[in-house]
Amino acid sequence: MTTEILTATDLKKYFVIGHSGWPKRKPIAVKAIDGISFTMFEGETLGLVGESGSGKSTVAYTTVGMYRPTAGSLRFRGQELFGHKDKRPQHLRKEIQIVFQDPGSSLNPRSSIKQILEMPLRVHQPGKNRIERVVHLLEIVGMSLEYMYKYPHMLSGGEKQIVGIARALASDPSLVILDEPTSALDVSVQAKTINLLLQLQKDFHLSYLFITHDLSLMRNVASRVAIMYLGKICEVAETADFFRNPLHPYTQMLLSSIPVISEAEEEFKPKKVISTGEIPSPVNIPTGCSFNTRCPFVMEVCSHIDPVMAEAGRGHTVRCHLFSQPAPGSVSQTGSISVPTNLT
Amino acid sequence: MAVPLLLEIKNLQVHFAVYGGRLKVLDGINLAVYSGEKVGLVGETGCGKTTTMKAILQVLPMPPAKIPGGEIFFKGRDILKMSDNELHQVRGRGISMIFQDPTAALNPVFSVGQQLEAVIGFAAIKGHQKSQQEIHQQAVASLLEVSLPDPERLLRSYPIQLSGGMRQRVCIGMALATNPELLIADEPGTSLDVTIQDQVLRLLRKLVEDKDTSIILITHTLGIVRELTDRVYVMYAGNVVEVATTQRLFAQPLHPYTQGLIQTVPRLTGGGIASGIPGRIPDYLNPPSGCRFHPRCPQAMDICRIQKPPAYRVEAGHEVACFLYSNHERDAKAQ
Repeated sequence: MTTEILTATDLKKYFVIGHSGWPKRKPIAVKAIDGISFTMFEGETLGLVGESGSGKSTVAYTTVGMYRPTAGSLRFRGQELFGHKDKRPQHLRKEIQIVFQDPGSSLNPRSSIKQILEMPLRVHQPGKNRIERVVHLLEIVGMSLEYMYKYPHMLSGGEKQIVGIARALASDPSLVILDEPTSALDVSVQAKTINLLLQLQKDFHLSYLFITHDLSLMRNVASRVAIMYLGKICEVAETADFFRNPLHPYTQMLLSSIPVISEAEEEFKPKKVISTGEIPSPVNIPTGCSFNTRCPFVMEVCSHIDPVMAEAGRGHTVRCHLFSQPAPGSVSQTGSISVPTNLT
Repeated sequence: MAVPLLLEIKNLQVHFAVYGGRLKVLDGINLAVYSGEKVGLVGETGCGKTTTMKAILQVLPMPPAKIPGGEIFFKGRDILKMSDNELHQVRGRGISMIFQDPTAALNPVFSVGQQLEAVIGFAAIKGHQKSQQEIHQQAVASLLEVSLPDPERLLRSYPIQLSGGMRQRVCIGMALATNPELLIADEPGTSLDVTIQDQVLRLLRKLVEDKDTSIILITHTLGIVRELTDRVYVMYAGNVVEVATTQRLFAQPLHPYTQGLIQTVPRLTGGGIASGIPGRIPDYLNPPSGCRFHPRCPQAMDICRIQKPPAYRVEAGHEVACFLYSNHERDAKAQ
């Protein structure tokens, strides 16, 4: 039986961007994450997919501890990550590391690769054999040692991202968050980087929270997929099941919008759900289901009541009125969602 | 040929003079666009796609850029030899352009209306200047054409008040407002989300088909090329390595680079990730001798290191610059 490594329960993160009203000032908040629950298992790759503004990067930054959530809990192997009044203790920080999206801006241009890789070692593994560790890190990501004294500007985009990966591995973590690690790279470089990541996962038994907007990529790397839309998760399923049988209208729209390169894929895509409308601003999320402004199957109920996460198959949950047995009295109106606990 | 040639690039070279030498970015490119045709130009970052397009519009910064050789014919006349006045005519009514990042393409301190009306007014034929009212009406019409609601209000708003998708629609409307004969779209969907990108590309396709405009679509996303174009040019390190109809290119890629590129795209149907093409794009200061792809090519031969491969015609309309196909007829156009 696989064990849980990361569990989020009704996690919320609001950013206050201003105030409105007089005489009673009310905060205006961007609901970047609005009550999401998910579970990650040891050694798996959970793909978190969503468009810009859906809150996927906020999930990453919250997990790694750059933000404190507004409400809800986030547990790492059963320990609450935000239970501490002050800083997250070092033994927890060491376990969760992140690879950023843009390798150009996430490496300090004034430090050599050696210095960049030494920094996490200084913090997490103080000792004398630091240089040996740096050499070891470069070896496991397959970079030649001459790179040690180079600076980020001397590296290509793909090489910079590999340094980013090596830096994330420096503290010997068990959970690595990959925040769109290849979206700034060309396809041929992307393939190399992804293959390295998959190899490292095997070698060091890592768990990946893989954030991306590229569903074709997700198909090939993730074991389970979660789709986010405006700060909420709308569908979670095992990858194979997810692509064979996408249920949420948004998922279908997303899948049918992907430009593909072969006939086989064209047939594999769900029947064309014409993409309409724009993504609403996260400051002004529509009432009821947040997708109701763009949904082709919109019903009366969708504009009043926010659907809850419902089981639609083994390990396949979806947040849509089309798949929930309507029992209006029992549906919560606050937007909280049930926790999919029985995922296997 | 029944369909007239609209744009023809012959052996175009572009060099950049930089500290330490010359970057030989474009190394003899041949490209043709027929009337009403949708042409794709694919390649990875830094392969010269954007340089080609800037050369067509003559907006390369010169210096450092230099065009030591080549010709660009637009409707039979060489753009490189045109006077400034003639160039203005071409840029105004002949060729329009859509940029990758609509946020950077629109001026933040002018309203959408000011910018759009300026474009329409500028493109008017000398002696047939339009009145302010006509210009305004045309601006409204071009916004309606790109299915933007409430154009009157939109004309008064500023770019920051619009979403990314709307900005790109405004850019498309602006590019098509002058009824150009050729539209150059430089990665028109890259900065947008998948669902919005789908909308914008469908709109773009419908508009160019309705108006019978030719389009050069520059992108690095193979999927977009497959859905939107008739014919594809694959570029690598300043050379066109393969030309074919879109259907044929995806069914039967011939150049090792094209094959590698198509293999590395992750598939929706699964099947894992291919290993990718080894190495990286060459340095333009000292490009590899012979075929510029040979250091990365799995099938490199001795001749590849010495001689630059000419374009071989494997079948009508399918040309490959690779010595693997040297048993086929050489293309007459290439030198």
